[in-house]
Amino acid sequence: MFAVTLLTALIAPLMVLGLVQRSTLILGTVSLRDLIFSGSWNPDEGEFGFAPFIAGTIWVSGLAMLLAIPPSLLMAIYLAEYASKRIRSLIKPLVDVLAGTPSVVCGLWGVLLIVPFIRDCLGPLMGVSTTGYSILAGGLVLAIMVCPIIVSISDEVIRSVPREIREASLAVGATQWQTVKHVVVRQAFGGIAAAVILGFGRAFGETMAVLMVVGNVPTLPHSIFDPAYPIPALIANDYGEMLSIPFYQSALMFAALLLITVVFVFSIAAAVLLREFKKRYGLAQVS
Amino acid sequence: MQLSTLLVVGGLMSIVVVVFVKGAPALTLQMFTQTSNGEYYLGKEGGILNAIVGSLDLAGGATVLAIAASIPTAIYLNEYGSRSKFAAFVRNSLDLLWSVPSIIYGVFAFILMVYMGLGTSLLGGIVALTMLELPIMIRAMDEILRTVPQRLKEASYALGATKLETAARTVIRQAFPGIITAVLLALARAMGDAASILFTAGYTDNLPISLFQPVASLPLAVFFQLQTPFPVVQQRAYAAGFLLLALILTLSLGSRLMSRRFGRYTIK
Repeated sequence: MFAVTLLTALIAPLMVLGLVQRSTLILGTVSLRDLIFSGSWNPDEGEFGFAPFIAGTIWVSGLAMLLAIPPSLLMAIYLAEYASKRIRSLIKPLVDVLAGTPSVVCGLWGVLLIVPFIRDCLGPLMGVSTTGYSILAGGLVLAIMVCPIIVSISDEVIRSVPREIREASLAVGATQWQTVKHVVVRQAFGGIAAAVILGFGRAFGETMAVLMVVGNVPTLPHSIFDPAYPIPALIANDYGEMLSIPFYQSALMFAALLLITVVFVFSIAAAVLLREFKKRYGLAQVS
Repeated sequence: MQLSTLLVVGGLMSIVVVVFVKGAPALTLQMFTQTSNGEYYLGKEGGILNAIVGSLDLAGGATVLAIAASIPTAIYLNEYGSRSKFAAFVRNSLDLLWSVPSIIYGVFAFILMVYMGLGTSLLGGIVALTMLELPIMIRAMDEILRTVPQRLKEASYALGATKLETAARTVIRQAFPGIITAVLLALARAMGDAASILFTAGYTDNLPISLFQPVASLPLAVFFQLQTPFPVVQQRAYAAGFLLLALILTLSLGSRLMSRRFGRYTIK
């Protein structure tokens, strides 16, 4: 039992080690600064500037968070503070089940609904011509995938704020909304931040759904109607070619390392925030 | 607030509705009974039986392996080293593993496959999906085993059972409904994942016959068929997507019902 336990615990560290080892080749020839900040991407000539891909990842996941955070938080507040028991017991399982929608299906939804909507309605309305395969499409699809994560964790966190704190606020004459806004949300802030960070981490690494709708053009994007090429999509797409060129392979491993580093930092930050929150309220459910 | 709730729930529901409406016309019996051999991708006859069987093989194999590793780990974490520094390390490590994007599981599994001299194959896909399932399963089982009452274990010890006997016969049985839920959720997650098997399992138009040959899968069937220029084939991608979604929603709903049903056989 000990051996199996040790083995499962070693997967994550081994993953990082494996990726580091695989990317030493590229790190030995191209400087880290050039890799991250250079915008020229010509693998055939040995130029590996990841800037367009990093920018693409940040644009798409950032936009997704902008779109996802307000409705998710309002929904969590509604579920935790206002909704009747019946509505809550109806909506929560529904959202949990729908949260299991696989990413290709979300991508399919994007291709069928979001991309044509942007191409035929939103694009012309804003006076830009676009194929629809854009940062906005990627952001919208990601937002719908991230919402259930933020909602479900925030809801748990908000509900675990002790009743006495609410009662104290109501007793001094605050309305329910004032209580929620100034007391409950402030108390739950750490936990809500953790929920948002976890959602961000998920958005950062999501591959297939984004790959299907974001256009995959390796240039620096200038508007949300431009196509982009996030890092996970790069790894997924260029995988077939990379085997023949060792440098290319190493470069993609470096991209994977970059991704896993950012995700781990997010994950650890969220864990620390949640731990602090748990310490304060003796929370058992949130994980 | 009600508006945001409506927006989020409506958005999620619209995925199911849109994929169903677009895919329904292509959902024929042929889809389930034939493989994609011949001129299927040009819009001729055929189905995606290879992808359906492949997905079941991949997710099934990974789930069996993951169960085999998860149950001992969860028992160890709870019954043997529950408060130790080591257990805290294991839990933190699994939490990190949980946050790893699925494409990275694919990359890492591929590094392992290169070491083992393995090409894209059913086995490679199973390895990637097992790693994907492990943190989901172990952390869920860990939470469930923690809820087994101490009194129950003490009753078992009092009858002379050893720690291992107690864990295997009493704790596991009491936690069974929760374990079923954990397993089905992990299975659903593995079945729907595309990025991790993209270059570990590959794709083929034939039924899987060997662990060492590439295998097709439903998520990748959706992905590849969508890229063809023929509307007929694209519509089949929608149908495959609907099939996948239906499978996963059923698993997810099933896990909820099962845990309620098996909950009757535990000691309250």
